[in-house]
Amino acid sequence: MATQILMPALSPTMEEGTLAKWLVKEGDTITSGDILAEIETDKATMEFEAVDEGIVGKLLIEAGTEGVKVNTPIAVMVEEGESVEDAAAPAPAPAAEAPAEAPAAAAAPVPATPKAKAVEPDWPEGTPMKTQTVREALRDAMAEEMRSDANVFVMGEEVAEYQGAYKVTQGLLDEFGDKRVIDTPITEHGFAGIGVGASFGGLKPIVEFMTFNFAMQAIDHIINSAAKTLYMSGGQMGAPMVFRGPNGAAARVGAQHSQDYAAWYAMIPGLKVAMPYSAADAKGLLKSAIRDPNPVIFLENEILYGRSFDVPDMEDFTVPFGKAKIWREGKDVTIVSFGIGMQYALEAAEKLAEEGIDAEVIDLRTLRPLDYGTVIESVKKTNRCVTVEEGYPVGAIGNHLSAYIMQNAFDWLDAPVINCTGKDVPMPYAANLEKHALVTTDEVIDAVKQVTYR
Amino acid sequence: MAARKPAAKPNVSPDELRQYYRDMLLIRRFEEKAGQLYGMGLIGGFCHLYIGQEAVVVGLEAAASEGDKRVTSYRDHGHMLACGMDPNGVMAELTGREGGYSKGKGGSMHMFSREKHFYGGHGIVGAQVPLGAGLAFADKYLENDRVTFTYFGDGAANQGQVYETFNMASIWKLPVVFVIENNQYAMGTSQKRSTSTEDIYTRGAPFGIPGELVDGMDVLAVKAAGDKAVAHCRSGKGPYILEIKTYRYRGHSMSDPAKYRTREEVQKMREERDAIQNVRDLLLTGGHATEDDLKAIDKEIKDIVNASAEFSKESPEPALEELWTDIYAEAVPQGDAIEA
Ligand SMILES: Cc1ncc(C[n+]2csc(CCOP(=O)(O)OP(=O)(O)O)c2C)c(N)n1
Ligand SMILES: [Mg+2]
Repeated sequence: MATQILMPALSPTMEEGTLAKWLVKEGDTITSGDILAEIETDKATMEFEAVDEGIVGKLLIEAGTEGVKVNTPIAVMVEEGESVEDAAAPAPAPAAEAPAEAPAAAAAPVPATPKAKAVEPDWPEGTPMKTQTVREALRDAMAEEMRSDANVFVMGEEVAEYQGAYKVTQGLLDEFGDKRVIDTPITEHGFAGIGVGASFGGLKPIVEFMTFNFAMQAIDHIINSAAKTLYMSGGQMGAPMVFRGPNGAAARVGAQHSQDYAAWYAMIPGLKVAMPYSAADAKGLLKSAIRDPNPVIFLENEILYGRSFDVPDMEDFTVPFGKAKIWREGKDVTIVSFGIGMQYALEAAEKLAEEGIDAEVIDLRTLRPLDYGTVIESVKKTNRCVTVEEGYPVGAIGNHLSAYIMQNAFDWLDAPVINCTGKDVPMPYAANLEKHALVTTDEVIDAVKQVTYR
Repeated sequence: MAARKPAAKPNVSPDELRQYYRDMLLIRRFEEKAGQLYGMGLIGGFCHLYIGQEAVVVGLEAAASEGDKRVTSYRDHGHMLACGMDPNGVMAELTGREGGYSKGKGGSMHMFSREKHFYGGHGIVGAQVPLGAGLAFADKYLENDRVTFTYFGDGAANQGQVYETFNMASIWKLPVVFVIENNQYAMGTSQKRSTSTEDIYTRGAPFGIPGELVDGMDVLAVKAAGDKAVAHCRSGKGPYILEIKTYRYRGHSMSDPAKYRTREEVQKMREERDAIQNVRDLLLTGGHATEDDLKAIDKEIKDIVNASAEFSKESPEPALEELWTDIYAEAVPQGDAIEA
């Protein structure tokens, strides 16, 4: 019986891909393990192997086709004796077997491209812009800083030869060599400590954690060695370095791989903490982080890596720490968020606008230092505030902001501040549960309606 | 094909040999099916296939007795099938459904079975090593004569906690077999690039733990080494290390472009060293099974795997209330009651 070969999902975040090249042609006999095609995913070019044996009856999608959705039939296999003509017949019924509720890893909704313009631009008016993914922006930031400061180096698991587990360090080994782009064994506690020691010794390490979940192996060095030494040495020495990597939930990777550490690190005096949303902020903040004389925790997000934004095309673009960004001005309510939380905040603001609620959306960008001034000023204008983050509800950044606002703008508040957060549960694997465990745009909209009494 | 060398003289009965063939084939076919379901978007996130390494767990399970425990990393599907967990429940966990071993809440990397003494399924590289020693600690404390198989990779062998564990396991004479599944790569890092010495099994020596290197493409060699290690542990002499040289044929996970090794390297392993093919040859050349016997096994396995795929698609998604359950326990079995 003729069977269809469907466009495979080849990464946790892949929804579509490019069918770069066919490595078989119609009429070829293949066995399990043969490579059928090369497929470009959001992260890499992958070889797609045959699972069953048979004869290639027909190639349905031409090589070079971009944007082929996962589960689209791409070829028809026939068995011996079956004619290729028969194979052309089966209706290209879209993947009857794949239930609609299980698209590849689409846990996080893709947000509307934020249209609102930054109120206080970080670059001069008229600067030419280019479109870049967050991933590219981060790589450029590291490359630029490595060019200008010979003491900056990167180390971590798979950062060099593999080009980064999430391809953030792509090309750095080629340009800077293995003295400065260093693959480590899987030993986070050890190499984080070596990084801190190297920073004491005069270097400026960028320590990549494959994800921040694994930084828990190293948390003693981050807190006890990196964050506290300046203080303990009476200012004689500290740890000018960056710990960076993806943080928070990816898609369907379960409890041990899906946690937002923003509030954990933001609690620690001696650390600085950045958590960018856009590509421009990722670039500008990472450059500032590398130059900063303190240990900086730089929290990226796997789902955001592939998102494109405008990035200023200028020499040495940086974004200062401690300065929030107003993505959208509004008068009815202040929505404060950071990192991937911004996608819910912005999407909610857009939907609320349709209902006549005018939300101001603030992206904190750095959590330590935190731009209290911008938040308080906005709350004094709107008299209402909703915070949005992916982390747990107890001890959240939103909890801290609520307390701060209560102490410093109590008389301006017309409603209690509401914190929208991830749920108070470990991250479940099941697609339907995962969606509910994360903060959702609808929850933000509901919270805004509560504080605006609509 | 010609270069294939039949495994050494069987140290087991023909029935046992046929059983190993069946058990290894079940893992291989199950994993191939899981790969297919992943490609279709029915399985999400990370999914680490065990294809190529089947002889390791099948050989060691053959050396285990009822009540012995096992704990491993995220590359865990093979371990679960080999210790007798239900393929339906494993596959349904991969698809995140109610019928899965963790009700869909754990996923590929996190499954457990109290009944089969399978203690997970752990996502943090190296973390299962002290956990395994802890299980052995409990067994020693409860004086129940059990042994724990603690599996970890060549990459995990560089985590500091492994050596902290070696030390304690040795001074407390814990009945634990440390099984280093050396498939020669940790994601894209070959063992050569990450490890200061060529052998990992010798790393127990400074702690007084005996170790040996085992050919992991030969299920009989694995079984023999397992028997020896288990006897050592059960006699109260403390831990034992088996470094089992094996090979994974697929990428590290489904999203690994695998540019760090050549296709020829993989192909050569498959063609010359494949553990399943080895046993197949041994069965046929030794006259322990006919082509028809093996066909019947192939068919049985195919049916089991297809049924598990069906089950995993038909099992409903977990109820939304499940989001809020299993965060705190009312009571957990303690001590000997754990077996009840
Ligand atoms: C502490 C920690 N660091 C990094 C990772 C990411 N990671 C997952 S598997 C893996 C490679 C492990 O290789 P190995 O121990 O050889 O096991 P194998 O995958 O070969 O079975 C890495 C780096 C992780 N899960 N946990
Ligand atoms: Mg390995």
